Amino acid sequence: MSVQRFLLKGGNVLGGKAADLLIAEGRIAEISASISDKDATVIDLKGSIVLPGLVDLHTHLREPGREDSETVASASRAGAKGGFTALSAMANTSPVADTAGVVEQVYRLGQEAGFVDVFPIGAVTQGLAGEQLSEIGAMADSVARVRVFSDDGNCVFDPLVMRRALEYIKKFDGVIAQHAQEPRLTVGSQMNEGIVSSKLGLKGWPAIAEEAIIARDVLLADHVQSRLHICHVTTAGGVEIIRWAKARGIQVTAEVTPHHLLLTDDLASSYDPVFKVNPPLRTSKDVVALREALADGTIDIVATDHAPHTSETKDCEWAEASFGMIGLETALSIVNKTMVESGLLDWEAVANRMSTAPALIGRYANHGQNLTVGSPAHITVINPTKSWVVDRDLVVSKSRNTPYHGYELPGLVTHTFFEGCATMIDSKVVDKMAK
Amino acid sequence: MSVALSAQDISRALTRISHEILERNHGSSDITVLGIPTRGAHLAARIAAIMSSIEGKEIAHGTLDITLYRDDLRLRPPRTIMPTSIPPIGVQGRDVILIDDVLYSGRTIRAALDALGEVGRPRTVQLAVLVDRGHRQLPIRADFVGKNLPTSEKQTVKVSLTEIDGVDEVVIEGEAS
Amino acid sequence: MRHLLSINDLSAADAIGILDTATELARINDGQVKKLPTLRGRTIVNLFAEDSTRTRISFEAAAKRLSADVINFSAKGSSLSKGESLKDTAQTLQAMGADAVVIRHSASGAAQRLADLEWMSGSVINAGDGTHEHPSQALLDAFTIRKHLGKGASDLTGLRIAIVGDVLHSRVARSNVLLLSMLGADVVLVAPPTLLPVGVESWPATISYDFDSVIPTVDAIMMLRVQQERMTDLFFPNSREYSRYFGLNSERMSLMAKHAIVMHPGPMNRGLEIAADVADSARSVIVEQVTNGVNVRMAILYVLLAGGPLEVGSNS
Repeated sequence: MSVQRFLLKGGNVLGGKAADLLIAEGRIAEISASISDKDATVIDLKGSIVLPGLVDLHTHLREPGREDSETVASASRAGAKGGFTALSAMANTSPVADTAGVVEQVYRLGQEAGFVDVFPIGAVTQGLAGEQLSEIGAMADSVARVRVFSDDGNCVFDPLVMRRALEYIKKFDGVIAQHAQEPRLTVGSQMNEGIVSSKLGLKGWPAIAEEAIIARDVLLADHVQSRLHICHVTTAGGVEIIRWAKARGIQVTAEVTPHHLLLTDDLASSYDPVFKVNPPLRTSKDVVALREALADGTIDIVATDHAPHTSETKDCEWAEASFGMIGLETALSIVNKTMVESGLLDWEAVANRMSTAPALIGRYANHGQNLTVGSPAHITVINPTKSWVVDRDLVVSKSRNTPYHGYELPGLVTHTFFEGCATMIDSKVVDKMAK
Repeated sequence: MSVALSAQDISRALTRISHEILERNHGSSDITVLGIPTRGAHLAARIAAIMSSIEGKEIAHGTLDITLYRDDLRLRPPRTIMPTSIPPIGVQGRDVILIDDVLYSGRTIRAALDALGEVGRPRTVQLAVLVDRGHRQLPIRADFVGKNLPTSEKQTVKVSLTEIDGVDEVVIEGEAS
Repeated sequence: MRHLLSINDLSAADAIGILDTATELARINDGQVKKLPTLRGRTIVNLFAEDSTRTRISFEAAAKRLSADVINFSAKGSSLSKGESLKDTAQTLQAMGADAVVIRHSASGAAQRLADLEWMSGSVINAGDGTHEHPSQALLDAFTIRKHLGKGASDLTGLRIAIVGDVLHSRVARSNVLLLSMLGADVVLVAPPTLLPVGVESWPATISYDFDSVIPTVDAIMMLRVQQERMTDLFFPNSREYSRYFGLNSERMSLMAKHAIVMHPGPMNRGLEIAADVADSARSVIVEQVTNGVNVRMAILYVLLAGGPLEVGSNS
């Protein structure tokens, strides 16, 4: 916790009226029309939007095992650059995060880096193999206090395994985050199955492979009365099923990535694997459905699925390349472009989709308190009047696989505060000593 | 722009050239006439027809496209290949008369000699042109000339033939110096 | 035009230009001239990361007849099979000085990656990339069809062509649908439903599952090779059932119009998609397709490499 006091002057808090906000002893001390404090560092935020610190429920930190593409420390810095104060480390590391030992290691690495809270996600099954449950209880009771369990990267495809997992996590107030991909329908798949894939000669990943798993799992969650979360929804059909499920009171939540709110499968025509991602980019019909679903709350949150990859796994033929895009640093600007500028969400709703709601799903008690006085000072500031051009050579992440290189994005994240410390000032990450 | 040859001038020149070819080669029995497309091919057909009516028998004639043998291919976008049609009696051991409309640097004829070399080994190769405008860049000369036209390198010589352009005439365009 | 990666790189005029150039080159090749000096001093690299004898030899013959130097790089036993990336292989060949690369690769889009990323300078010619396209095959197929059925026209207007077999996995089918329809022909795809891609309705072709009803209506039948592995992947029950419905046997051949021809890009599975006596019949132009392939590939090399950038012209 920092001793430093900050006075944020004149920003539009949650997109509302301009106000001053005082940070002291790591907490939000005061929010009112005009504050003066002679000990505080003053930051002029006129014209900017003040949001609660963003919480990512789906991040690939790659450590342990693939530190050549990203580490907990470098991802934390990238998170700060994007306005995040909490990241959720997916379990598909090497070794897999299926024991208390690995999740505690990841948790401690996050604490040491000190830029964000890193909440490890535990694997549902041992080794992500989809057969035996992993040590869910041990991980839940560990220092890392894991509540979100996911085999992401892989689908928990066996219905019996999924049923048992949903039942078992009820004891630990957990949630199963499912990567919905029926493996038998997607063997060797490279991109969305449709008109574009038929022309390009790339094997298709049909939408029903996602929809069929979502349909099965919402019915399972209903039957056993447990919490289900659907990772990276990409299909209009998937959205419809989730809407139906919620109307029946099923405890399902869902996320969408920023790239699926903007990009479509015709980008694959260049055969540039920077657009290769799992689940794949789909059609404009799907993009429209996803935006509407995020607007009406059928999709609860935005999660980045930040997936760093080294350049040799992207600088090659499509079929050889890895799946995934980085996304922490561009997420809020993309949401601004696709949802705020189009009038589908206001900033208060963005705060819900990117901070309050994800924190609630993950049971991250210290986050998502929505800029209330007395809460920990996790704050994100975005200036919507400034646009910026994405340059893959200037990213903070260790990997450069961003699909937006050369794009001009509206809205620049300028400041991030984590527990009252400034982790980013004037769009530059503040490197500092570990706690 | 000035008209260097009228339709009548062209007609007389071709008649005279046809007689000269037959005179120099003692008749037509060993002659193969090959025109270089595009306009050389049409001139060759006319000359072959004139020689045929003088001699009272068929004259072996055809076309020889030189596009693939040009030395300046890389200086311009790829050119269309024109038809090459060698008469059945061929060129081996015969007197080949190459026909072209304008002789200038000599590079076209150099390419024609290369192209001809791939077809066979003539006994002689002779060259007939409608117009010789000078400014040779290679040691090439014509055996039969319709008209010598001194020009400067800034000028263009434009040959029009009825078969393609609807009219027979040779025109010089541009300033003399 | 610097590269030939896909039929979409060509306009109808460009394609007809290539066919016309090939016609002229065929005449030259039929005569006494076997070698032309046109590409002397140029180096063409055959980068064949996927096995293919016939296409590689065809490009090699084409290049050599134009007096170009040819360097062959094939996957087996090479550094590519030992895990060297396509990028590094390309940059190595570039360092040896290649004016053009003819690339065949098992990954769709490999030719475009080679061209776009400019790992090599010079022209890239796609000799077949995964299941995406095989432009020189389509051009030689169009050349063959025009020669037999074109009646002197420059394009293929009014002709009806059937392409039969594993359309889903066929780069030959994709390039041919694009080229033949661009040249004015009607294309009908005949295949079991499992071997037609989702999205095929957007292609400029009609679709039929009924081979017998299509046969009398077409001027040419192009049979595609069916790989044995497709059976284990559940595309059809067995080869007997495939041949029964989609094989071109003598009975089906007798239903063909008198003038209609039989084509196959090769290599053939005699007895599976095409009966031996059909392949060897008078209607079959399969062997001639190979000869036409050399002439068409010479035309492609000529159009891509012989000319240079536009400059103030020389004289004659």
